[in-house]
Amino acid sequence: MKRAKLRIGMARFLNSQLSVAGSVLVLPALLFFAIFFAWPLVEIVSVSFTVSQVSRGTMPTAVLADPAHLGVLWFSLWQAALSTVLTLAAGTPIAFAFARYRFVGQRIWKALAGVPFVMPTVVVAAAFSALLGPRGAVNAALQALFDLDQPPIQLFGTLPMILLAHVFYNVAVVIRLVGGFLSAFNPGIEEAAASLGASRWQVIRYVSLPMALPSIGAAAALIFLFTFTSFGVVLILGGARFATLEVEIYRQTSQLLRLDVATSLALAQMVITLMVSWASARLEARASVPLEARRAGDVGKRPATLPARLLVIGSLGFIAVVLIAPLAALLFRSLNLEGGHVLRYYSALSENMRGSLFFVAPQTAIRNSLAFALVTAALAMLMGLPLAYAIARGGGGQRPESRHASPGARLLNVLLLLPLGTSAVTLGLGFLVAFDRPPLDLRTSVVLLPVAHTLIALPFVVRSVLPAIRSFDPRLREAARGLGAGPLQALRHVDLPLLAAPFAAAAIFAFAISLGEFGASLLIARPEYPTMPLVIYRFLSQPGALNYGQALAMSSLLMLVSAASALVIERANEQIGR
Amino acid sequence: MKRLTVLLATAGLLAACAVQAPPPRAPEQTGPAAPRSLTIMTHDSFGASEDVIAEFEQANNAKVVVLKSGDAGSTLNKAILSKDTPLADVLYGVDNTFLGRALAADILEPYASPALADIPDRFKLDPQNRMLPVDYGHVMINYDKAFLQAKGLEPPASLRELTEPQWKGMLVVENPATSSPGLAFLLATIAAFPEGSAYDWRQFWKDLRANDVHVSPDWSDAYYTQFSGSSGKGPRPLVVSYATSPAAEVFFSEGKLAEPPTGNVEGTAFEQIEFVGILKGTKNRDLAEKWVDFMLSKRFQQDIPLQMFVYPVLPAAEWPDVFTKFGQPPAQAFALSPEQIDQGRERWIEEWTRIVLR
Repeated sequence: MKRAKLRIGMARFLNSQLSVAGSVLVLPALLFFAIFFAWPLVEIVSVSFTVSQVSRGTMPTAVLADPAHLGVLWFSLWQAALSTVLTLAAGTPIAFAFARYRFVGQRIWKALAGVPFVMPTVVVAAAFSALLGPRGAVNAALQALFDLDQPPIQLFGTLPMILLAHVFYNVAVVIRLVGGFLSAFNPGIEEAAASLGASRWQVIRYVSLPMALPSIGAAAALIFLFTFTSFGVVLILGGARFATLEVEIYRQTSQLLRLDVATSLALAQMVITLMVSWASARLEARASVPLEARRAGDVGKRPATLPARLLVIGSLGFIAVVLIAPLAALLFRSLNLEGGHVLRYYSALSENMRGSLFFVAPQTAIRNSLAFALVTAALAMLMGLPLAYAIARGGGGQRPESRHASPGARLLNVLLLLPLGTSAVTLGLGFLVAFDRPPLDLRTSVVLLPVAHTLIALPFVVRSVLPAIRSFDPRLREAARGLGAGPLQALRHVDLPLLAAPFAAAAIFAFAISLGEFGASLLIARPEYPTMPLVIYRFLSQPGALNYGQALAMSSLLMLVSAASALVIERANEQIGR
Repeated sequence: MKRLTVLLATAGLLAACAVQAPPPRAPEQTGPAAPRSLTIMTHDSFGASEDVIAEFEQANNAKVVVLKSGDAGSTLNKAILSKDTPLADVLYGVDNTFLGRALAADILEPYASPALADIPDRFKLDPQNRMLPVDYGHVMINYDKAFLQAKGLEPPASLRELTEPQWKGMLVVENPATSSPGLAFLLATIAAFPEGSAYDWRQFWKDLRANDVHVSPDWSDAYYTQFSGSSGKGPRPLVVSYATSPAAEVFFSEGKLAEPPTGNVEGTAFEQIEFVGILKGTKNRDLAEKWVDFMLSKRFQQDIPLQMFVYPVLPAAEWPDVFTKFGQPPAQAFALSPEQIDQGRERWIEEWTRIVLR
């Protein structure tokens, strides 16, 4: 009896120690946000609303009273909502197919589906143009087939083009996040419902969807914010008639140098981001129920029935047609088919033909890109996982231990997404005015690049693993602890193996966010640490077949690097979790 | 867990080592003094030959650091915002469309370089020599030779002709609010159809819009995705680009093209002049002066054409063959003064946006 009491006492003591340790582990992330996000923002806001060369001191209320700006705000909102719904509609069935069934080449399909996420928009525009443009392959074929004078598909510069591109870019977020979540948890509950007489539709409607809801909510919030702040897609594929807030902020800054207007719009963007973040945090906390976790790999089965086969084939068909076909068009165009060596544009990448000071060997660009992406992924995971655990412990939900939700954790969870909805232009100028004096004279430091990438990757990591951590039945961990495992041991032998898939998804996207240089090119006055997207942009800034060919060759290498790194991360994660 | 930590930490360390930093310049123990560093702030399109820069570094015991800071507008903005604690010693790449803003912001120190003596006066737009001309170029319409030939069309004879039905749906321009050649072309049309004349630039753009002009956000998209004469094989045969683009097509064809596949449409050009200046508060004024002199010297000026595809302002600088053959500047170009541009820009862009896009 005494011993039992002692044990309980010990457990309580350990738990309190753990939460102290938890707070300490969360500190790096909080400090990071304070220094690299909050401070530059405060600085740029104060510069923007002081009358000077760069500002007429117009206040946000006056800026937003302008109907033109309200129109831009409204467009940003509804196109993002529509893009999110479409992406979820396309991605959720695919996520389900990947989580519940096993088939040949599954990992490779998943890795390929993630490639669009890192591609520069101008290259994607070229790809869509090669396929769907007025002189693209599809139109040419249709014209020849039906003897038409005019190309039948006129997508460029239309809303459907923007939506298609947003689906193209973001569907992998749904596949990985929702798929990762589903594959971490036991399908037995679905089978039980089916054996109790539920129809296939009823199982999906009443079991699978509610179960996956927290992860669908997380994916929705992230995709909404990516498309809400969409820049390149709207600018390049939408044509000039469409403008999001982010486009307008760039316009007001770069050409007009009206920081008062630009920062006002950026603040409006942030307010909406907070609202979205709050709504999704609430939904996710409410919808999460404790679920029985399974080892990754134990969940899927072969698609034996006809509907299952159709689902898998349909999913792969979607990936092949919508995601891979445009990329394949790029790959095709990167080959030199007009005389000379077929791989001429690839070999030319390694030649400094004009003796240029700014020549970048392809291996240098690849190494820099990989290095930044590794640092970003490591920073985002090391700071993000403790943060996610802290929020899960304190942030509400159905579990007894989180009933006494801490307001701090909830607030943190809502504030977390703010960097995703913050204009890169505004934040970049904030860096410029904030880090201009010791001890943090970082304006031209290479450190700012991974820092900027981590600002996006860190919230992504936390939000993407949170649903899985919340749904993870704590009794498993408690059982391990009860058997004498330390908190780290429990984490290592219980959480890690069982949550391998959601964790891999988070790491892969943290890596990809950096690889694709999310808006960071606008950020900083950089010395030469050229990455792959930068080299692509550089080739595309001068005319000539060789420049175009080399840009596409470098883009093809970027695809390869992206797919390969996704495979490696997934594999590494499984090894660690073993 | 331990393995995970170790793995992540190792990855981080590896990555930190792998980022290829510029070779560290160890202070030379043997030489009289360590090289001083000179920082040049510029737009992303700046280019130069390795050996040309090395020559300057050796002659002046200096290390040149180049800060590429985005497009021309963004670069100037960053220079203005960091006025109190300058990021660099020298600012290069402000053109005549942004000159007024740069001078008004009071971020530059005057420097009457002796090298200016050899440069024609028409390029010197700042009498106080805070900004000195380095190179010039022309934004103008390029046409796709094969496309026009197949349709039996002659290139347009004037800007006005672009509003006629035979050119419907054929022209690509860049958005002046997001692109520097786009702004230059808008300025050309404002100079060609001045405000207050019977047919002004607003009417011209209304007609262009009615004639289905396509607006791209930037040059890369306009040229490679929309223009039929580039390797991107877009749908439209006329694009706002540069007078040197046809020459560049030949140069970058690796000998496959003897003639450019594209040509310039006379009577559509706007002249852009790019400037260099010494930033206020530099601690390396003497070295910065040397750099400005160097940019105006024959050595650097002759390097300009094939690195940046613009013309050197120094008449004595020799042009490469591909320039003399295919890259001649247009006979005539439109112009507006920097003051006119500075006063009109914001209003013109807003009006243009309403007329063409809304």
